[in-house]
Amino acid sequence: MTKPLSKAVEELKPSGIRKFFDIVSEMKDAISLGVGEPDFDTPWHIRDEGIFALEKGKTFYTSNAGLKELREEICNYLKRRQGIEYNPLKEVLVTVGGSEAIDIGLRALINPGEEVIIPQPSYVSYEPCAVLAGAKPVIINLKAENEFRLTAEELKSAITDKTKVLILPFPNNPTGAIMERKDLEEISRIIIENDIYVMSDEIYAELTYKGEHTSIASLEGMKERTILINGFSKAYAMTGWRLGYACAAESIIKQMTKIHQFAIMCAPTTSQYAAVEALKNGDEDVKTMRQAYNQRRRFLMNAFREMGLDCFEPYGAFYVFPCIKEFGMTSEEFAMRFLEEEKVAVVPGNAFGESGEGFLRISYAYSLENLKVAMDRFKRFVERLRNSGI
Amino acid sequence: MRDELLNLIEKNSRLGLKELAVLLGVNEIDVANELAKLEQEGVICGYHTLINWDKTDIEKVTALIEVKVTPQRGQGFDKIAERIYNYPEVKSVYLISGGFDLLVTLEEKSLKEIANFVSDKLSTLDSVLSTATHFILKKYKDHGTVFDKKREDEREVISP
Repeated sequence: MTKPLSKAVEELKPSGIRKFFDIVSEMKDAISLGVGEPDFDTPWHIRDEGIFALEKGKTFYTSNAGLKELREEICNYLKRRQGIEYNPLKEVLVTVGGSEAIDIGLRALINPGEEVIIPQPSYVSYEPCAVLAGAKPVIINLKAENEFRLTAEELKSAITDKTKVLILPFPNNPTGAIMERKDLEEISRIIIENDIYVMSDEIYAELTYKGEHTSIASLEGMKERTILINGFSKAYAMTGWRLGYACAAESIIKQMTKIHQFAIMCAPTTSQYAAVEALKNGDEDVKTMRQAYNQRRRFLMNAFREMGLDCFEPYGAFYVFPCIKEFGMTSEEFAMRFLEEEKVAVVPGNAFGESGEGFLRISYAYSLENLKVAMDRFKRFVERLRNSGI
Repeated sequence: MRDELLNLIEKNSRLGLKELAVLLGVNEIDVANELAKLEQEGVICGYHTLINWDKTDIEKVTALIEVKVTPQRGQGFDKIAERIYNYPEVKSVYLISGGFDLLVTLEEKSLKEIANFVSDKLSTLDSVLSTATHFILKKYKDHGTVFDKKREDEREVISP
């Protein structure tokens, strides 16, 4: 064949993580702190419901929007945890992971040339999904001195008359930053004034270590303009089940459901039955896992403090984002040398956007024993760099 | 802090004060005080080690014995439970609801020693009506820990 493939797709930059992944995979005995998924197994009672669904022969498509029972449980959950009320029949769509919701949500909102504001560092999918939806991505480079929160001034200066959607990725991958109620209130005023939509990716909502997570959809005037995205991967350690959901106004969900219906049909049935169990009886599991993550988070913060390494205290997700600018290397150089010399894999911060340059993403979705070994090596490496006069 | 502290040391009693303080986000002195209080209140009754004896050369035979007894006036089951738990070879004694009254765990060097204990010591107690002895053939999981299970991390080494 000689005809060229899609130009839009060919022009997409491959994920910065991919390159690093290939190198790390080659190195057999390396310790990895590079994953973006929980180390816990899906709690047994949830897996058991999945198995039971298979035994009962629940192997057919569900309705496009997802099992009614699951949508009802999602609404119960959001009301119970965040005080937001959605109509399970009209305002909820069960998707294949939060990722699908990001993709089809943007496609349902965007007309060609409209602008999507993407704060970075952030998850690697937003920008390509916006581009594929025909949007022009407008990047806000979040700053370490603001603890990587989005400020009202930053938002204001990114808005133009073409601005359509703001992506709000908090708790944040890779920084671990959160937006507290007061932070959200400040930006919500500007959002309403400028009449823009918000895609709030709250996949890490349950992993918040300072107070309770606040959803921007719970603020006045925000629900109607917000697509709330959440899922089961992080809170219930269910990454491989590929299950997420979007909640929004009926008019938006209706359009998203159309794309979902043509592209996907419905989310995996087994996963949906398991997810009902997760929402009904999984609160304790979430609490236990959150407690373990929080202990590891404190352990890492303490380790960095002892090393004298600059790192703001993150209160969400399962990442810390230390600054390595003192060593005068790029994130990639640092990560490569750390991998080669100490056999520990971390992800260079710039894989999540230019503003991640000078930082590393370190995941604590690992056992404490693992983290201890890794931090001993980190300390040795940092001391060696400092002694060598860099 | 109390619940979280107990959960931590129930799984790993070797965590030091400093480490516990870091994990819990409190001061070392607070951890020390809380531990002292827990010991004094009898909440913490000991710091044991979970051993898989099957992996050693030491022979041990463990039996679970169901015991039916006549409760004694004024003392219920306590007196007879005490008679039984005073034997050092008895590892645990539980009062149980259901078809029998006491569940006794017994650890000995051989099958014969267990048989002797049951026939000579246990069955001959006045209030013991009957016993049923079950030998443990294999321990899969004890104190929440699965023996013989080393799982590889099957996740991709780097993921977004």
